[in-house]
Amino acid sequence: MSKNSNVITNPLSKNNPVIVQVLGICSALAVTAKLEPAIVMALSVTVVTAFSNLVISLLRNTIPSRVRIIVQLVVVAALVSVVDLVLQAYMYPVSKQLSVFVGLIITNCILMGRLEAFALGNKPLPSFLDGIGNGLGYGLILIIIGAVRELLGSGTLLGFRVIPEVAYEYGYMNNGLMILPPMALIVVACIIWVHRSRNKDLQEK
Amino acid sequence: MEENILSLFVKSIFVDNMIFTYFLGMCSYLAVSKNVKTSMGLGIAVCFVLVVTLPINYLLETYVLKAGALAWLGDEYKDIDLSFLSLIIFIAVIASIVQIVEMVVEKFSPALYSSLGIFLPLIAVNCAILGGSLFMQQREFPNVGHAVVYALGSGIGWLLAIVGLAAIREKLAYSNVPAPLRGLGITFITVGLMAIAFMCFMGVKF
Repeated sequence: MSKNSNVITNPLSKNNPVIVQVLGICSALAVTAKLEPAIVMALSVTVVTAFSNLVISLLRNTIPSRVRIIVQLVVVAALVSVVDLVLQAYMYPVSKQLSVFVGLIITNCILMGRLEAFALGNKPLPSFLDGIGNGLGYGLILIIIGAVRELLGSGTLLGFRVIPEVAYEYGYMNNGLMILPPMALIVVACIIWVHRSRNKDLQEK
Repeated sequence: MEENILSLFVKSIFVDNMIFTYFLGMCSYLAVSKNVKTSMGLGIAVCFVLVVTLPINYLLETYVLKAGALAWLGDEYKDIDLSFLSLIIFIAVIASIVQIVEMVVEKFSPALYSSLGIFLPLIAVNCAILGGSLFMQQREFPNVGHAVVYALGSGIGWLLAIVGLAAIREKLAYSNVPAPLRGLGITFITVGLMAIAFMCFMGVKF
C-alpha cells in the first residue's frame, strides 16, 4: 500500500511534472493570470490524466505498439471533449476565459508522458493513482503561479479584494506587468529557483 | 471580419507569436533549444506541418464540422452541428498528416529526412500545431488563403523564437549562473525577457 501512496506523493515535489520534468508548460503559463481559471484548469487536467491513465492501462495488452500514439490521442481527445462540454454547460464564463486551452489539454505533454512512461507498463489502480498524483503536482504549481499573479497584478484573490482600499490611498499600485504573459515565465523561474535551492540533488551542473 | 493578408502575416509572426504570447509548443521549445542547428531543424518541421495541416482542418471545419456546414449535401443535413467532434477530428488529422509527411519526406528527400530526424514524429503532440487549428476555428477566417497565411506566419514566428533562444543559450553556457537557477531556471527567465521584448510589437499595423 505504501507503494501506492508513494505514487501519489512523489509527483508533488521530488518529481513534479512542471518544474522538474518540464512537461505541460504551455498551459501552465497561459491560464494563470487569475486564480480561478488556474484552479479549473488544474482540476480538468487531473481528471483527464487520471482517467486516460486508467483506460490506457486497461487496454495496455491489446494495443499494438505501432499505432499506440494514435490510440492514446483518441482516448485523450474523447475525454477532453467531455470535460470541455461539461465546462461549457456549467461554468460558461471560465470556459470562455480558458478558450482554446481546454482543447490543448490533448497535447499537454504530461498526459503523453504519463501514458507512455507509466500506464503502458502498470496495472490499472496504480496508473489511476499516478494520474491523480501528477494532476495534483501540476495543479499545485498552477495554483501558486495563479495566486501570485492575481495578488500582485490585480490585488484580488478569486475575485475578492485582498489588498485594502487604504493601501491604494497611500499610493500602493497594482503591478500591471504581472497580468501580462512574460511574467508567468519569470514566476515559474522563481519557483524553480526556490525548489532547487532546497533540493540540492536536482541542481544542474 | 475582413483582414488584410499582409497585416495578418506580420501580426501572426510578431504580435500573436505562438511562443511569447500563447506559450504554445513550450515543451519541445525548451527541450530542443540547446543548439542553433537542431532548433533550426525543428523550427522548419513545425512550420511545414502547420502549413500542411491548417488548411486541411480549415476545409474540414467549414464543410463538415461547423453548425450548418453540411448544407451542401442537401436540405435535410442543414441542421446538423458536428462541432463537438472537432477536437477528435483535428488531432486525428494532425497525427495522420504527420505520419504521411514523414513517409513522403523519407521517400523523396532523404537529406531533409535525416536532418529533421526524430523531430517529425514528435510534432504530432506539439501544442503549437493543435493550437494553430483551434485559433483558426476561433477566428473564423473568410477563406483558405487566410488560413495558409496565418499558418505560415505562426510557423515563422515559432522558428524565429526557437532559433533566438538557442543562440542565447549557446552563449549562456559560458556564463556564471547561480547553481539553483542553472539550466531550466535561467532559460525561463531568458524566455520571459524575450517575451517582454516582443511586446514592443503590440499595436503594429499595416
